[in-house]
Amino acid sequence: MEKNDTITNAEPIISIKGLYKSFGELDILKDINLDVYKGENMVVLGRSGSGKSVLIKILVGLLPPDKGIIKVLGNEVNKLSGKELDALRLRIGFLFQSSALYDSMNVRQNLEFPLTMNKKNITKQEINTAVEEVLDAVGLKDKMEQMPSDLSGGQRKRIGIARTLILKPEIMLYDEPTAGLDPITCEEINKLIREVQKKYNTSSIIITHDLTCAKITGDRVAMLLDGKFVKVGKFDEVFESDNEEIKSFFNYNFIQ
Amino acid sequence: MINSRPRKYLFTKGLDQYFTDVYKAYKFVIRFFKEAFHPPFHLREIINQCYEIGVKSLPLITLTGFITGIVFTKQSRPSLSEFGATSWLPSLISIAIVRALGALVTALICAGKVGSSIGAELGSMKVTEQIEAMEVSAINPFKYLVTTRVLACTITIPILGLYCGFVALMGSYFSVYTNESTSIVSFFHNGFSTITFLDVFSSVIKSIVFGFTIGIIGCYKGYNAVHGTLGVGRAANQAVVLAMFLVFIEEVTIVQIANWIRYY
Repeated sequence: MEKNDTITNAEPIISIKGLYKSFGELDILKDINLDVYKGENMVVLGRSGSGKSVLIKILVGLLPPDKGIIKVLGNEVNKLSGKELDALRLRIGFLFQSSALYDSMNVRQNLEFPLTMNKKNITKQEINTAVEEVLDAVGLKDKMEQMPSDLSGGQRKRIGIARTLILKPEIMLYDEPTAGLDPITCEEINKLIREVQKKYNTSSIIITHDLTCAKITGDRVAMLLDGKFVKVGKFDEVFESDNEEIKSFFNYNFIQ
Repeated sequence: MINSRPRKYLFTKGLDQYFTDVYKAYKFVIRFFKEAFHPPFHLREIINQCYEIGVKSLPLITLTGFITGIVFTKQSRPSLSEFGATSWLPSLISIAIVRALGALVTALICAGKVGSSIGAELGSMKVTEQIEAMEVSAINPFKYLVTTRVLACTITIPILGLYCGFVALMGSYFSVYTNESTSIVSFFHNGFSTITFLDVFSSVIKSIVFGFTIGIIGCYKGYNAVHGTLGVGRAANQAVVLAMFLVFIEEVTIVQIANWIRYY
């Protein structure tokens, strides 16, 4: 995306410096450094188990880092109190790999839940308007009364995105948005991610190992290998890298 | 730079794990008390859980209580009739039901039905990232899921225990009535003449403790479920087994305390 050359001069909306994370004896992230700028879609590419999901879970305070400075919207995440962290989380939307829709609630209740729990004085009319607006944005207005178990994988992802959009986030974190979906649904989700970026003016981190998703949705791509970012840049720059590991990752994906 | 390091144990791997689990459970219980007395209280969810736990358990409690009353009466009658003491039957049955059976039978049924259901529900929410989804939406999942369920168990299980006792006495009366034409007033008058305030009070206290135990164990096991669907089944199973085990331990302890108060 052309605007990248100009936005990199601005203050980053997400800034990660010297991040380390390990689980027991397993070192997952080693000296991670990354800046994401306002309005930018950053794709984090990497193999399964390389720590991509861990990275975005650290950004919302779901996991604590071992070491490093993580700043999101100007807040140092691991130094926030519970209330401050909640206030920050309201400004971040998180789409889980499994969509994580609440099984015991229908689509409408899934969407209403974050609103009613966080905005005490909201009226029924305002809730209805917000629900209809986000369902319209993801193109699933007719599924309002259905249970999550009645939805397809792609529809669940869309409702998951709608549930995050209802709180009007400034940042979107997508964890494998196209995992387990057929190519046509993948394309729809990729388009939706771009539409969300434009309509809601969000900055995003998209975790994936799907190269088509990376190419379509990403303004920049960061290649995570062996717990480190080995290359950060536009898709073509990373794609044309001389690094053997990057080459083999891309070649393998295209063969697949 | 963080490198791979050999894991060091304070005692052995198993003992370390045991003490870690006990400490985690202790922290879980302490967190419950902290969260339970601070707003928001999610009253609607507590009422909803009371309905799920209480009202939906009524048919099973009714059937089990009634059968317990009948069976206990039928089993006691021959022994008492050997001594010509069948007139003591209502008193004996009332003491057994009010002091022990009502609360205990209810607790065991609820440990199976409610404990496993809470363990499985929270376990599946944990492994499908629904609990994390609440956290990232700035919703406190512990307060919304755990506190409400434990409070609902603590409120409804004593009520179910009293109801079970009443139904069991009705079952007992039914059994007595099929053998001799005793009036219901006479049966209950005879039965309650030996019941003291301490009997009812200790039974209610016991039920409250049982309710809390079933709720907190179910929530603890579900909330800490790991390893996917296997973990969900394991959480439900462990919730039942551990809750039943603790219910028996608590029964023995509270009976000892009640007897100590009664006789000293």
